Amino acid sequence: MELLTDEKKEELVFTANKIRQSIVEMLTEAGSGHTAGSLGMADIFTALYFQILQHDPDDPFWEERDRVILSNGHICPVLYAAMAHAGYFPVNELLSLRKFGSRLQGHPHREFLPMLETSSGPLGSGLSQAVGMALADRMDNGRSSGKQFYCFVGDGELNEGQNWEAVMLANKEKIQNLTLIVDRNNIQIDGYTEDVMPLQSLVEKFESFNWHVQEIDGHNFEDIISAAGEAQAVFETPSVIVARTIPGKGVKRFERNPEWHGKSPQTEEGVSALKELKKMKKK
Amino acid sequence: MINQSQKLNTKLFETDVEKKSVREGFGEGLLLAGALDVNVVGLCADLKDSTKMNLFADKYPERFIEVGVAEQNLAGVASGMAAMGKIPFMASYAMFSPGRNWEQIRTTICYNNVPVKIIGSHVGVSVGPDGGTHQALEDIALMRVLPNMAVVSPCDAIEARKATLAAAQTKDPTYIRLTRHKTPIITTDDSPFEIGKAYVVYDSQFNDSEELKKSVGIIATGSLVYQALLTAQILAREGIGVTVLNLPTIKPLDEAMVVALARKTNAIVTAEEHQITGGMGSAVSEVLAQHYPVPMEFVGVQNRFGQSGTPEELLKEYSVDEVSIKKAVLRVLKRKNL
Repeated sequence: MELLTDEKKEELVFTANKIRQSIVEMLTEAGSGHTAGSLGMADIFTALYFQILQHDPDDPFWEERDRVILSNGHICPVLYAAMAHAGYFPVNELLSLRKFGSRLQGHPHREFLPMLETSSGPLGSGLSQAVGMALADRMDNGRSSGKQFYCFVGDGELNEGQNWEAVMLANKEKIQNLTLIVDRNNIQIDGYTEDVMPLQSLVEKFESFNWHVQEIDGHNFEDIISAAGEAQAVFETPSVIVARTIPGKGVKRFERNPEWHGKSPQTEEGVSALKELKKMKKK
Repeated sequence: MINQSQKLNTKLFETDVEKKSVREGFGEGLLLAGALDVNVVGLCADLKDSTKMNLFADKYPERFIEVGVAEQNLAGVASGMAAMGKIPFMASYAMFSPGRNWEQIRTTICYNNVPVKIIGSHVGVSVGPDGGTHQALEDIALMRVLPNMAVVSPCDAIEARKATLAAAQTKDPTYIRLTRHKTPIITTDDSPFEIGKAYVVYDSQFNDSEELKKSVGIIATGSLVYQALLTAQILAREGIGVTVLNLPTIKPLDEAMVVALARKTNAIVTAEEHQITGGMGSAVSEVLAQHYPVPMEFVGVQNRFGQSGTPEELLKEYSVDEVSIKKAVLRVLKRKNL
């Protein structure tokens, strides 16, 4: 993977800020949706769509593309915003989020936006699908296939038992080109994850299933890019990146507060959030 | 009499009629589908021998995935494989798939509209000694309610083989339900089969108006097609005319054939090894209520769970046998001639 130059890093910081602004705008306009996780994952989605992925926004169905499987479909604002800024569709389409007839359904639906790899919303199913995709690819192209399969899950989502069924299968099948990214933001809809259903020690859990595990700061571009590179270099096992993120990152009043898991900014809140983000950009 | 155009088994009514389990037909069909298309893959949740997926797994180990006892993952992995161009067949007992993994089937298979083929074995009380936990009586309802899903219920091993081959060639999510025990071979290699078509397999040929007053249409699916044929034979001797429609595809339903049968007989009995609620009979009644309402009687399980026993004991106890079909015919005849 390309080394991260200072110039490139500055560019990524700039892009992530634009994506955060889009997230705030689209959620405020929609009047409902999930703010905290979407903002918290903006840096990782920026790194993914602007540095890590092999993809071509002008040819979204390019056979050799890496696959992105968003299991925690409720944070789709960050996926849509990253895709729009990367050139998959016009940025102004983002304002149609959650509206009647929009391609940008409240939770992703591939029948509305076929360039998505899957539909999601009900939690716990994405990793199974990512494993299935990688297995199918291996049947066709062998273990030296150049494609990477990136699956995103929320930490609270790991309460769903199906994840662990898929974790076992990925280990059994030694799916080396699968990278699972856990948004470890410590909140879920009913509160803090460790109160609702403790997940620690998450790293040890994955290690005991023989996965290659990295724990990173999900807002540090060097960390994100180097972890993705290391995950690609591991051949014996699937990889998981436990990304420590701050829910609501970028807007102080949204940060670390479980209340912002499942709601969108009111108009005034949206305006002040945008102001805050625009100031950050100038720094 | 037997509808000759259907080219049914000529030994159908003989005591030594050949018997074979419907799931064996699936196993053979998958083997054939695998030979025809390299994209056909198999997935199983620790039941490959009892679902007969072992035939495929042994021949094509590189195209077979064993997911362990994990039906939710089974559905998700199959969906992912389909998204990459495969035609996955996922097999388990119907109680577990689609019983346990309904939402995964809804969201990752039907909502995504990918060509995953769900094989639910061990349906009906005829599963026998394993008892009620293992006897799927709700699977038709669970699957036919889903948009995009086709639902197929073969009447014998040969039809199961054809249904499997046909399912491999469609783009639709498809559910195929299979019974466990050995049942008579009704059809032959030459009998017609297409997903979405119903077939008249028996017709008393009552045509004048007096005769037609004493005629009934029986619509049967799966294991009860044979029972319906036996009943028709008996009733014919008693002067009651019966037309038996074999309905292997419950969704999409062959509405034209169902309505034509109702128009001809003006009385319908449906028969299935499934809860009456939400099953094949319900699907038929939805069509007839809209297009040609006639008196109907339903043969099926009546809001109960199964239990242990022999298939014969249980089919009798749960009123899903020849005797129950005959009673239903007599009931509907009374209502028809009020």
